Amino acid sequence: MTTKHPATTKPLCILHLYPNEMNLYGDHGNILTLKKRCEWRNIPVEILTYELGEAFPDPSNIDIIFGGGGQDSGQSKIAADLLKIAPILKNAINAGTPTLVICGLYQLFGKAFHTADGNTLEGAAILDLETTAGDTRLIGNITLKTAHFGTVVGYENHSGLTALNLPNGSQPSSLNSSKNRPASHSDTQPLLSPTLQPFGTVVKGAGNNNTDQTEGAIYKNCIATYLHGPLLPKNPKIADFLIETALARRSTNATPSLTPLDDALELQAKDTALSRPR
Amino acid sequence: MTFITILIGKLVQTLSRLRGTNGSAAPGLVVERLNPKFLNKILQKLPHGVIVISGTNGKTTTTKIITELLRAENLRVFTNNTGSNFVRGVISAVLDKISLTGKFDYDLAVLELDEAHAVKFCAAVPIDYALLLNVQRDQLDRFGEIDHTADLLNTVAGQAKKAVVLNREDPRIAKIHVKHAVFFGLSDTLKETFPSDDNLLTAPAQTSTRSTHTKHPINNPQAPALTLLESLSDKRASFKINQKHYSTALKLTGIYNAFNATGALALCLTVFPNLAPANLIKTLSNIEGAFGRGETFTYNGATIELFLVKNPSAFQLSLASFADNEHDYMIAINDLIADGRDVSWLWNVDFSALPKEIAATSGIRATDIALRLKYDEKTVKTIEPDLTLALKALCKNPETPKRIFATYTAMLELRKIITGKSIL
Repeated sequence: MTTKHPATTKPLCILHLYPNEMNLYGDHGNILTLKKRCEWRNIPVEILTYELGEAFPDPSNIDIIFGGGGQDSGQSKIAADLLKIAPILKNAINAGTPTLVICGLYQLFGKAFHTADGNTLEGAAILDLETTAGDTRLIGNITLKTAHFGTVVGYENHSGLTALNLPNGSQPSSLNSSKNRPASHSDTQPLLSPTLQPFGTVVKGAGNNNTDQTEGAIYKNCIATYLHGPLLPKNPKIADFLIETALARRSTNATPSLTPLDDALELQAKDTALSRPR
Repeated sequence: MTFITILIGKLVQTLSRLRGTNGSAAPGLVVERLNPKFLNKILQKLPHGVIVISGTNGKTTTTKIITELLRAENLRVFTNNTGSNFVRGVISAVLDKISLTGKFDYDLAVLELDEAHAVKFCAAVPIDYALLLNVQRDQLDRFGEIDHTADLLNTVAGQAKKAVVLNREDPRIAKIHVKHAVFFGLSDTLKETFPSDDNLLTAPAQTSTRSTHTKHPINNPQAPALTLLESLSDKRASFKINQKHYSTALKLTGIYNAFNATGALALCLTVFPNLAPANLIKTLSNIEGAFGRGETFTYNGATIELFLVKNPSAFQLSLASFADNEHDYMIAINDLIADGRDVSWLWNVDFSALPKEIAATSGIRATDIALRLKYDEKTVKTIEPDLTLALKALCKNPETPKRIFATYTAMLELRKIITGKSIL
C-alpha cells in the first residue's frame, strides 16, 4: 500500500457526468469505490463533476469518465445538453479513455431512445445501439458471465429495451473468448474491445432486452451496463480495470501494475448477492 | 347485506388468527369480494370524515401523533395499525372495531397509507383531508421512480374534498397544486440541518453532503405556513402557530419527529380550527415515538435503542440525530420484499458520523453493509448475518449503551428476540 506510482505525479482525474440529475440507485458508490481504491494505493485522485450547462473540463486532463442512472425526468433534462458535449465524449472514448456508464446514461450513449408516447430522444451516438421503452419494468438481482471480468453481479431496474447493432458477422466476444484480459503494451493502446460487443451474457435476470440474453455493451474502454448495486464495490475487478487502464494510458514506459488490495469483504458481499433470488 | 359482510369478515378474521397469521389480508380480501362498497359505506358515516396520511417517511409517527392529539380533545379517532397500511388492512381494522350490528362509533378516521395504496384507497372511499409528508427514495424497486411516487401523491391530493396539508420544504410536495392547500414548514435555520432527498450523497467530491443544499432552493419560500418548527435543541422544540410562538419539551426524539409533529399540528388545526394550540402543544409534549422509532429496550443487561431505517433519507436523518461516540452501533440489513430487494440505496447514505469502529453488522446483507462501511473507512468488529448471534456479540459489554439501525423485517425479528415475543 505504500508503493508510489511513478506515472502519477498528477492526480488521476475522474469525471462524474451530471451527478445532480443522474444519481439514482446508489451510483455514488461507483465513484467512491474508484476514489478509495486509488487512495488505498497512494494514487492521488481527483473527482471532477460536469453539471447541466457547465463548461466542459479540459478533456486531455480526464482519465476516467463515469455517468450514472437517472429517472425519466432527469434523463430528458440532460438529453439536449448531452448532445452538446457528445463530440468531446466521443473523441475521448474513441481515444480509449476508460469509461463506465450505468442505466440512464448507457441508454443515452446510444443512438436513440424511443419513448412510450412514440417520440424519439436523440442519443449521443457514441455506442451503436438503440433503446425502446418497454411496458414492464425489469427489476431484480442479476448475474452475468463476462469475458473480461468473470462473473458480475448487480441489480437491474429499467423498462427500456436495448438492442445492440453488432458489427457485421461478429460474434459477441463474451460468448467465445474466455480470459483475454486487455493487453497493455507501451506502444499500443490497451483496449477492452475494439468493436461494440455485449458486456456480458445473462445468467440470471433480464439484461438488455429480456430476449437475446445480452447485457450491457463494451466498446474500446467504455463499459455500459444496466447494473446497479452499485456495480463497482462488489465487482472490484472492473474498478481496478478502469484505474489500471487509466494509469497505463498515462505511462510512457513499463505498464504500471496495481498493488493488490484485500478484497475478501468485496467477494463475500458478492457471494451473498449471487445467492439471492431474482 | 352489511350484517352478513361483517359476520363473514369477522369469521374469516378469527379463523386466520387461529392459524397464526396476523389476520390483516385475508378478511379484507373476502370482504372486498363480497361487498366492494363496504368500506365506503362504513367510513362515509363518520361525522368529521376521513383523513389520509401519506408520504415516504414519517407516516406511522405522524398518524400516531395526530391520533393522540385528537383523542386528548375527546374525539373518537379510528386509525389503522402499522402493517395494515393498505386497503385490505383498513378493512380488517374496521372489522376489528365494528359491532355485529354495524355500530362503528367514531368521529373521524385517520389512516396511514403508503403512496400506491393511498391512490387505491381514494378510488374506493372519498376522502376529506390529506396530509402529505414527503417524497423520498424509498423502495424504488417497488414504485419504479421517485417522480412516479410524486404523481401518486398528486392524485391523492386531488381526491381530498376539503383541504390538503403539505410539507412546504419538500420540493415535490410543495408544488402539488390544490384548491385548499395548507402548509407546514421549517424555519430557515432548521432547513440547513434537514436534508431533502435531492441533497443526499450525489457529488462525492464534496466532503459535506449537505453543501449541495443551495443548488435546490426551497420551492415555495413565500407560502405562509400554518405551523412552523422554529427551533429544536436537545429535547426542546419551539413552534410558530398562527404567528404565535409555543415552546415545549418533547419526548419525541430527532428533528424529523419534531417536524412530523409540525405536520400533525397543521392537520389537527385544519380539520378543527377551534382547537387551542396551547392544549395541543401540551398533549404533544407527552407523546412518544412509534414502534421502531427509537424504542428503548434492555437485553442481557444492555440498553438498546432500535431505529427503523428503510431508505437513504430516513437513515441519513437518523444518523444526523443519533450518531455519536458514546454508543456501540449495529446495522442490520435484510433484503426481503418489505425491506426493498435492492440494497443499492446504502451507498446514498453518508456514514461518516458513526464512530470508526462499528460493533456489528447483521441481517441477510450483513456483508453488503460492512462493505459499504469499509468505503467510509470504518471497520466492523463482527459481521454476522444471524441476528441472534449478532445481538449476542453486540451485548458482550453491556455497560456501553447500544443503538441498532435495522430494516423492516430485521427490526421485527430483533424485536422478537429482544422481547421474546412477536408483535404482529
